[in-house]
Amino acid sequence: MSATLPDSAPAAPAAPGEEAPERRVRSAPLFLSAPAALLFVALVLTPLFLTALLSFNQFDYATGRTGGFTLEHYLSVLTDEYYLEIFFRTFRISALATAICVVIGVPEAYILSRMGNPWRSVFLLVILAPLLVSVVVRAFGWSMLLGPEGPVNGALIALGIGRMKLLYTEGTVVVALVHVMLPFMVIPVWTSLQKLDPAVEQAALSFGASRGTAIVRVVAPQILPGILSGSLIVFGLSASAFAIPGLLGGRRLKMVATVVYDQYLSDLNWPMGAAVAVILLAANLIIMLTYHRVVEGHYRRRLG
Amino acid sequence: MSFLELKNITKRYGPLTAVGDVSLSVEKGEFVSLLGPSGCGKTTTLQMIAGFVEPSAGTIRLDGRDITRAKANSRGLGIVFQSYALFPHMTVFDNVSFGLEMQRVPKGERKPRVEEALSLVHLSPYAKRYPRELSGGQRQRVALARALVIRPPVLLLDEPLSNLDAKLREAMQFELREIQRKVGTTTVMVTHDQAEAFSISDRVVVMEAGRITQIDQPYRIYEHPETEFISRFVGKTNLLPGKVATATGAGATVSLAGIAVPVEMPGLSVGETVTLCIRPEKLRLTQPSNGLLTGRVADRFFLGSQWLYHIDGPLGTVMVVTPNDGSAPADQGAPVGLEWTPSVVRVHRGAMAEAPDVALEVT
Ligand SMILES: Nc1ncnc2c1ncn2[C@@H]1O[C@H](COP(=O)(O)OP(=O)(O)OP(=O)(O)O)[C@@H](O)[C@H]1O
Ligand SMILES: [Mg+2]
Repeated sequence: MSATLPDSAPAAPAAPGEEAPERRVRSAPLFLSAPAALLFVALVLTPLFLTALLSFNQFDYATGRTGGFTLEHYLSVLTDEYYLEIFFRTFRISALATAICVVIGVPEAYILSRMGNPWRSVFLLVILAPLLVSVVVRAFGWSMLLGPEGPVNGALIALGIGRMKLLYTEGTVVVALVHVMLPFMVIPVWTSLQKLDPAVEQAALSFGASRGTAIVRVVAPQILPGILSGSLIVFGLSASAFAIPGLLGGRRLKMVATVVYDQYLSDLNWPMGAAVAVILLAANLIIMLTYHRVVEGHYRRRLG
Repeated sequence: MSFLELKNITKRYGPLTAVGDVSLSVEKGEFVSLLGPSGCGKTTTLQMIAGFVEPSAGTIRLDGRDITRAKANSRGLGIVFQSYALFPHMTVFDNVSFGLEMQRVPKGERKPRVEEALSLVHLSPYAKRYPRELSGGQRQRVALARALVIRPPVLLLDEPLSNLDAKLREAMQFELREIQRKVGTTTVMVTHDQAEAFSISDRVVVMEAGRITQIDQPYRIYEHPETEFISRFVGKTNLLPGKVATATGAGATVSLAGIAVPVEMPGLSVGETVTLCIRPEKLRLTQPSNGLLTGRVADRFFLGSQWLYHIDGPLGTVMVVTPNDGSAPADQGAPVGLEWTPSVVRVHRGAMAEAPDVALEVT
């Protein structure tokens, strides 16, 4: 907008002195966003760039030295069954966790938005509370709860069902991820519910729609953008989660982030770890952008 | 037994009484308007009939059935919301069709009915648009079509025409009246606009600060306002403070700044403080020598079919409206006389209230 301003008024010849404030106004946004941009470049782009560079280095197992240029790591990751399975497992678990977060988080946000004031604040705090506790602590909490001697297995034995292997299974990882990620779904959905005109839902009711019909036909389509951003956050964070699969998945049930960790710290094969990390980033980007396109295409024209 | 009946309806929000002790009976097929200044509780009253606001006290009966606590989606009313409340993710067509869908009207029958409703509000070419692609007035008409299409027994309209231009508004008023006459829909309409309330309503309910102050036919509200507030709120009026000078059986004379004015109101006592209300169009300009009052033209405004004069005289500034009959108007600064027939003077007992700020909201 501001860039076209000088062109649209060519008839008024600007005095030399008048040009300076115009310039200053136009450079103000650049100037103001500089601190954040610098931080972003220093803390995000630089490590990312270095990681990408590292992933093309050769690795010498005998000496542990790195250097030169090779595509070998990428080739071996993309052709090795072992790595592919870990990638598929990661995305399967993340997708499942995201879906469960939608199923639990959206109604939760709706109920929250309908609550009266003292309760709404209390429950919002309850929902946000998990964020105040370290992921590691929460993961240990789950492992104590689900361990062979934990209260859940104790209850199963008491009920006569018998001991079950709960820890180190995909199900446990999914449950723990949902527990950690739920606030990231509830908050964006709640925000978009806040923006809704309550009269719109009332209008649906006035035409004789049942409460359920009103929610499905009128409320849900309007909060789609919130659900979309919530699922992108949850999926992205789940796919790169480290502590939960590391502590609850154990040695056998690996996910991509734990493999990267192993490559760096056990095998000391940094270039390989870097290659896996870059592939994860690329795959994540592709999946999320596709999802965004598909969902956004549905509401773009209607909701603007 | 009336069709829609509100009995002592009250709504309190904490210490604020938004609606206090409102009782109103609406006959089947009647068109009633709620008229009042902003914030006087019109929307709240309508929302209680609709079932979106629960009354703190009182009962609402519809067709003999107590619906005070009935669910909103069981009342079957057609509602136009003040904020329109269109479904933003549906096209205009789907918006209008939604109510029919909820009534399980077969698909084949829905289409012609939606099209008919859209053509009624002059929106046929916009059927495929989304609400955000429409102007404010167009959205308002979609809201109207959406409420009309389901042919409800009762229509609740919250300022349904407030965003339309004068011509379209008149056309829509005519349509509303037509539908109401043809189908016999009982209608309760909220409006700020007294001209609108007067032109299409059978009865007008004037509200002030959450209470009903007068329920009457439009003509009677205008000619016989029961309170000074109403005479100020409804139309323009001259309020002249005075004291009763003499009183006979059927009438009295009131002294206004030393000028004796005859009025037709029984029961006044000598020395009582009163306020006279005279509508500007009831005053006539004459030669200074013939007038009951004299003054000078301070200002004059051309209103098209009428002239509005401000006359400065012994009582302050008095407004006079005369029809524009094509003859030359009185000049600015010219001395004029004012005359009127005693029967047009309304007398309110007591002194004039302070600051007529509520009246300023309505033009
Ligand atoms: N949910 C609410 N909580 C508290 N006060 C409210 C609420 N809704 C309305 N009020 C108050 O009740 C009073 C009446 O409001 P209402 O909306 O009925 O006015 P209105 O006559 O429709 O005004 P307008 O012509 O401006 O639409 C106002 O003083 C308003 O502030
Ligand atoms: Mg209102």
